[in-house]
Amino acid sequence: MSRISSPLGKDLIGLEPLTAEQIRAILDTAEPFKEISERRIKKVPVLRGKTIVNLFMEPSTRTRISFEFAEKRLSADTVNISASGSSVVKGETLVDTARNLEAMRIDMVVIRHGASGAARFLADRIPSNVINAGDGSHEHPTQALLDLLTIRDHRKRLAGLRVCIVGDVLHSRVARSNIFGLLKLGAEVGVCGPRTLVPAGIDALGVERFNRIEEAIEWADVLNVLRLQLMRTGYVPSLREYNRFFGVTTPRLERAPRDILILHPGPMNRGVEIDSDVADGPQSVILHQVTNGVAVRMAVLYLLAGGAPERAEAAKTGGLG
Amino acid sequence: MTDGDGGGPVLLQGGRVVDPEQGIDGIRDVLLADGRIAALGSELEAPEGVEVVDCRGKVVLPGLIDVHVHLREPGGEHKETIATGARAAAAGGFTAVCAMPNTDPVIDSPATVGFVAAAGKAAGASRVYPVGALSIGQRGEQLTEIGELVEAGAVAITDDGRPVMDSGLMRRALEYSQSFDIPVADHPEDLGLSGKGAMNEGVISARLGIQGKPNASEDVHIVRDLLVAELTGGHIHLQHVSTRHGVRAIRDAKARGVRVTAEATPHHLLLTDEAVEGYRTEAKMNPPLRTEEDRLEVVAGFLDGTLDTLATDHAPHHYDEKEQAFDDAPFGVVGLETSVGLILTHFVHEGRMDLSTLVDRMSRAPARAFRLPGGDLKVGGPADVTILDLEAEWVVDPSAFLSRSRNTPFAGWRLRGCPVRTIVGGRTVWTHGS
Repeated sequence: MSRISSPLGKDLIGLEPLTAEQIRAILDTAEPFKEISERRIKKVPVLRGKTIVNLFMEPSTRTRISFEFAEKRLSADTVNISASGSSVVKGETLVDTARNLEAMRIDMVVIRHGASGAARFLADRIPSNVINAGDGSHEHPTQALLDLLTIRDHRKRLAGLRVCIVGDVLHSRVARSNIFGLLKLGAEVGVCGPRTLVPAGIDALGVERFNRIEEAIEWADVLNVLRLQLMRTGYVPSLREYNRFFGVTTPRLERAPRDILILHPGPMNRGVEIDSDVADGPQSVILHQVTNGVAVRMAVLYLLAGGAPERAEAAKTGGLG
Repeated sequence: MTDGDGGGPVLLQGGRVVDPEQGIDGIRDVLLADGRIAALGSELEAPEGVEVVDCRGKVVLPGLIDVHVHLREPGGEHKETIATGARAAAAGGFTAVCAMPNTDPVIDSPATVGFVAAAGKAAGASRVYPVGALSIGQRGEQLTEIGELVEAGAVAITDDGRPVMDSGLMRRALEYSQSFDIPVADHPEDLGLSGKGAMNEGVISARLGIQGKPNASEDVHIVRDLLVAELTGGHIHLQHVSTRHGVRAIRDAKARGVRVTAEATPHHLLLTDEAVEGYRTEAKMNPPLRTEEDRLEVVAGFLDGTLDTLATDHAPHHYDEKEQAFDDAPFGVVGLETSVGLILTHFVHEGRMDLSTLVDRMSRAPARAFRLPGGDLKVGGPADVTILDLEAEWVVDPSAFLSRSRNTPFAGWRLRGCPVRTIVGGRTVWTHGS
């Protein structure tokens, strides 16, 4: 199978392997794709004839739907495979799943998997483009890209901004992708949470560590508030206590020295890691993140299919050309 | 294999014999007859009908012993069998191995111990000594019938693979085992501290998003075992030590007379957690590869004798099982067929260890720790001999392994020095190129 070379390489596994230029190219390419979702007829012929499998071996609603909208609005043919109720996945090894997909000659695979490294594992074994939609606690690059795009939309820059990631950094692929992406684009990055949820060795990535949310709020321009997985309660004594000492609340934000932008990758536990009045308040850009998610994913699909960043506008009418 | 089934007498002629027990390192002949070392000396007379093996330019050693291997039978025959494992051991220059009991079923009864011993004999390669479980089903609750296991052929007890979390049970094992003069081997790991860890906890695990096992999960049990051994006077054999504090704690304990022996593995001597980069499952084992600081202390301990025994922790896995996402793949690497070459290349040829010390770590110390015959070339002892070519250069090629499994982190490594002949009970069970 011959492949058109893309500005990103064959796959998007994470932000760690990308250069600042590549990340900027994705964000810039997302700009012209934003308006497609605002049209009455939300469809352009960019990926006409491309077949894409959304392979979700771990439950996901938001990310899967966001990818699916991005693919459909670019006119790709898509198939969804999810872990529950699919014979393709049940009891089958990832190697066999990969080989089956390869045998069906699909163009791209979007994979969500519970094990760190699973996306790379698949990408190394099939010629199709592979997009990581979250692998274990490793990376979730499109989520970080939409976070970067949202911050850039609101603050007009990333370089020099202080972004603090709050909560369950230990298990979070969103945290890792954000750390890699933000640092590459010149932001300062902090992490804040109880030490049970902040992994040993995270400092080596070049981030500030805060044990107390008040210190993080004092420091930051942006808070990216992670979801506390409710089954991880062994790591914190109780959800009530978590909210009391680590929750992002209005009284805490009122003491901040500057107007802090609030992001959350969703789905939120209102009243746990974030209070409702913050989530619904003027500093929150959480729904803007969701909107940007579709545009960013369109950009990634387009670039991996061989599209050039500067031709994105033209591609909306003429396809990949 | 019983003594005396070795066929006719054999004269190993003109080799460099290295035997630290007798303080020998020089050109000698060794005569093997009736399964025993019959004579050792300079320019021995070749008796009538003797088979002469020209050992000039080669090194003749007491048979190497690996006290920590997983042969997977019964229950895991797709990974390894006792027969394939015994042949892989012979091809690695080992004349004896100790088979861990974490099979399915667990080796926790005289009948299952007897099965391993009998299958080992039937293999007709390296000797296979069964190690019995410490607790019934390795469940960590009730001691096995240790006396009966020893009668059936067990040379040690261990719950290797299932750490003994109950310190009281460890105390009872270290006390009760003293009536039978066997070591209690332990895989030191606090499962609570390990959590769902799949590699070393540190900078690399944080970046890869893999849960880590901290050094402390191993250190806590090493220190516990040392204290309980001191309390009871029992013999604790600490398996596959990988941490710097672990090595130091053992060094201190030895200095104050605690009865402890301890293993270093080739992979912990030569690799760090950087080998996991790229989610390489062939670098996934338990305990995990640690940091450079830990590795250097393991090396120091291996050189100064704190870690007195080299053991491979040979842990074969089928390729399907290793070709998975990192978290899903099982722990373990094979080691029998690379161990000698790795130690020769990276310790002996680099001038860090002399051959006498290698023989001590790979033959004498393991024989003494597990009270096994051999470990030297004394007249009257078993005719278990390993012959090496110190200079042969080769590249590790897993497809050439006699083991049923290929899961090594050393594939492609260029090595210098390898076994050329393995003799068990006077009978050659493997020769290079055979």
